[in-house]
Amino acid sequence: MNLSSLNPGQTAVLVIALYMVALIALGLLSQLVLRLTVADYFVASRGLGSFMLLMSLIGTTMTAFALIGSSGESWESGIVTYGKMASWSGIIHAAMYFLIGLKLWAFGKKYGYVTQIQFFRDRFESDKLGLLLFPILIALLVPYILMGVISSGNSIEAVTGGAFPELFQATKGAVPYWLGALVTCVIVLYYISAGGVRGTAWVNALQTMIFLVLGVAMCWIIAEKLGGPVKATQMVVEHNPTRLKRAVTPDDASHYEEKLAQWNADPKKAVIKPRAPHASSKIEFTTYLFIPLSVAMFPHLFQYWLTARSAKKFKMSIIGQPLLIMVIWAPCVMIGIWATSAIYNGQPVIPPEFAEPNKILPVMVRKLASPVMGAFLAAGIFAAVMSSMDAMFLALGSMFANDIAGHYIGHDRFSDRQLVWIGRVFIVLVVAVSYVLALQWRQSRVFSLGIWCFTGFASLFPVLFAAIYWRRATKIGAYASILAAAGTWFYFFREAGYGASGEPVHWGLTPVTLVFGASTLALILVSLITRPPSPSTVAKFFGVSNDAR
Amino acid sequence: MKRFVILALVLLAILHQDFWWWDSIDPLVFGFVPIGLAYHIGVSIAAGVLWALAVQYCWPRDVDVPDVPVTTSSSPLHSERQH
Repeated sequence: MNLSSLNPGQTAVLVIALYMVALIALGLLSQLVLRLTVADYFVASRGLGSFMLLMSLIGTTMTAFALIGSSGESWESGIVTYGKMASWSGIIHAAMYFLIGLKLWAFGKKYGYVTQIQFFRDRFESDKLGLLLFPILIALLVPYILMGVISSGNSIEAVTGGAFPELFQATKGAVPYWLGALVTCVIVLYYISAGGVRGTAWVNALQTMIFLVLGVAMCWIIAEKLGGPVKATQMVVEHNPTRLKRAVTPDDASHYEEKLAQWNADPKKAVIKPRAPHASSKIEFTTYLFIPLSVAMFPHLFQYWLTARSAKKFKMSIIGQPLLIMVIWAPCVMIGIWATSAIYNGQPVIPPEFAEPNKILPVMVRKLASPVMGAFLAAGIFAAVMSSMDAMFLALGSMFANDIAGHYIGHDRFSDRQLVWIGRVFIVLVVAVSYVLALQWRQSRVFSLGIWCFTGFASLFPVLFAAIYWRRATKIGAYASILAAAGTWFYFFREAGYGASGEPVHWGLTPVTLVFGASTLALILVSLITRPPSPSTVAKFFGVSNDAR
Repeated sequence: MKRFVILALVLLAILHQDFWWWDSIDPLVFGFVPIGLAYHIGVSIAAGVLWALAVQYCWPRDVDVPDVPVTTSSSPLHSERQH
């Protein structure tokens, strides 16, 4: 095959296909060492070392949200995106690994837990708590999975333009969204089914390294095409200065009016249509600290925590989190900001009426990188997308096999092999549902989907924190907190048109603050007026009896 | 040292609220990173340094669980239970 005869879209298809073949090969390889037991399939027999744990955790937490969502959001809102998400996450994620992850790993190792629900059932002495938590965790994970499916479908369509003009006429030759999303789902499904969490960790290590390197490379190449980073930023200073700060002054407003008038008078001469100034709220900026608390409640993160060989293996992950989040987010935020005002060959890189933030990164890559590099960069985007989706699928399979099938029908009635197969079948069902939903919700903003999902998980954090650090936290208090979180979350989600409009703000506060406050209040008040946990439970989780409190 | 690390982490969370650079683009660090973004990249680096100190000086004593047979669980693993 003569590579030079391929058009850019075909080159992209070739690179993506090769990348996916590599993932399948890794899946096959991990299958060779897989023992079909629950402990090996779902927690890799608790045997991962420091590096694999770090790569898996980064790959899992840095999703389509970090690449596609961050660039799209900074195109909309500017540099505030980094401060309210990335630097907060650097501080808080590491704190969650240190304060929550280590403790849960120790309990998991000591008492044989594979899922969060097993821990909660034991700690709160309530069998039914699992029935309440299971649907809530699934409902919150589905939008998270959707972010990945939507991003992969959109990205493949964006970078493969012109590949098969006769086959896909409706998309001008690009691999259509439905097919790109389907292929991504099938590949992920294959390697998690083949190798379980160990196979997923291997694939994630590879994928994380790829998107770490390619994210920086992507930023560098795009900057060079725009005449260097200094010139790229100068274009933003000229056309959209409010994207480089967080306030909007009267001078900024008049600058915008002036630029808009120039555009309306002569679009060709003005080149860039200015974007409306965007001011950020200081209170909102502060309250975003609650969002990264969500990682402590992610079922897929809990599962990865359990894979560590020893507590010491967490050290590299704790230190590496803030630094690697920076390496991923900073380039994407810069690309999103540059996209507002980027001019190449006298033309705007992003068309003036463009309204799809999810496609900012793929479009910048397609228009400004060489076809081969563009295709590699697209592979980097899939690496980020798939390294999160796989962990979520696996966590859902584990929860169903262990918390529902195993727990209610009886672990003794199934062999390990059967439980693994039950998990696999449930994963296929969830992937199918997610795929159908992704076809319907293609236009959903990845950043918005992410924020609602993280708000839900963060609102369950008080129950988890109290379960570990407050021995007076009671079963009824946990129920009250979970119900308060679910109720207030749904109230605000409905108010936001089920994610269609922006987050509703009350008294200057974002929904996550209010939902978090409601669940914390319910937990404390109800726990204080209800019967404390039994001495045996307190001794089991705190090492002392209730009398010592 | 443990107290210093905890205090420094709390201080970093407070310093995250850089309201003083809310309306500033300049100085552009390296000529292209606006100060508001450069500051927060600095916060990320500082967080990495402080968490490195935390794992060194504030490591919890009760998390190192030896490899022993699983004691109890509401739903123990088959494969681990057989140990």
